[in-house]
Amino acid sequence: MIAALEVTPAWYLVLGALLFSIGAFGLLVRRNPLVMFMCVELMLNAVTLTFVTFSRMLEDTGGQSVVVFVLVVAAAEVVVGLAIIVALLRKRPHATADDVALLEG
Amino acid sequence: MIQVELVVFVVAAAACLAGAVGVVLSENPVHAALSLVGTLFGIAVLFVAQEAHFLAAVQVIVYAGAIVVLFLFVLMLLGVDRVEDLRVEPLVGQRVAAAVLALGILALTAGALASTGYEVTGVAGEIDEAVPDVYRLGESLFTDYVYALEITSVLLVIAVVAAILLARPARGGEIVDPGQEERAEQVTARMAAAEARADGDQSGGEDRDGGAGAGMAARTAGDVPASEEVDQ
Repeated sequence: MIAALEVTPAWYLVLGALLFSIGAFGLLVRRNPLVMFMCVELMLNAVTLTFVTFSRMLEDTGGQSVVVFVLVVAAAEVVVGLAIIVALLRKRPHATADDVALLEG
Repeated sequence: MIQVELVVFVVAAAACLAGAVGVVLSENPVHAALSLVGTLFGIAVLFVAQEAHFLAAVQVIVYAGAIVVLFLFVLMLLGVDRVEDLRVEPLVGQRVAAAVLALGILALTAGALASTGYEVTGVAGEIDEAVPDVYRLGESLFTDYVYALEITSVLLVIAVVAAILLARPARGGEIVDPGQEERAEQVTARMAAAEARADGDQSGGEDRDGGAGAGMAARTAGDVPASEEVDQ
C-alpha cells in the first residue's frame, strides 16, 4: 500500500505552505524579538523550499538561483536585525517587541 | 526507489514540522534556536531529494552554521535566554486572530495549489541531467543573474557597515569603566598622603618625596587620559 504512494512535487509545496503558516503564526504570537526573527527564518525557508520545488517541476535552474539570492538577503537581514536587537536590548534588557515602539520618532 | 524517496520525504518533513512547532512553542529562546536547526536540516535533506545538492550544502553551512550560531551568540552575549511564560496572553484575542490569519494563509496557498491541479505552467527550461547542478547554477548566476549577483555583493557590504554602526556603543559613555571612580579616589588619597608627608618632612627627604610625588603625578596624568580613551 505504501509502495503505491508516490512523492509528487505537490507534497513539497504543501509542506512549504505549512511551514510558512507556522512561521507566520509564531511571528504574530511570540514577543521575544529573537524568536520572532527565527520565525521569519522559518518563513524564508518555506519559500526557498517552494522555489527549489518549482525549479524541479519546470526543469529550470532559475529557481535555484533565486534561492541563492534569498540566502544572501536572509543573511544580510539577520545581521542588521540582530544588530538592532543588540542595540535595543543593551538599552533596555529583557525588552519585548512592544518596547520597540519606543524607537519611533 | 519510490519507497526510498517516500521515507526520506516523510522523515525530513517530520523534522521540519517538529522543528517549526518547536520554534513557536519553546519557552526558552535557546531551545527555539535548536529547533530551528532541526527545520533547517530537514529542508537541506529535502533539497538533496530534489537534486539541489549545492543549495543543500549552502543551507547547512550558511543557515545552520552561521545564522543559528549568530542567534545563539546574541542570546548568550545579552543574556536574554530568559524563559518566556507562554501561558499568559498579553493581548486578549491575539492568538486567536493569529491562528485565523495563519490558517487563512495556509488555505490560500493550498487552495491556489489545488486549483491548479498541482501542475505548473510556464516556459520549461532544459536541464541537462548529465551536467551537475553546481555547474548549471554557476552558469545561471554568472550569465542571466550577473547584475543581481553584483548588487547582492553591494548589499552585503552595506549590511556589514550597518551592523557595525548599529551595534557599536554610542559615543560618550555607553561603556562605563566600573572601577574608574574608585581608582580616581585612590589616586587622590595617595596624592594627599604624599603631600602631607612632603609637608611634614620639609627639612629632611625632600628629594625622595618630591621624586615620589612627581612619579605619582605622572601616573595619575597617565591614568586619566587612558580612561577617557576607553570612554570614547
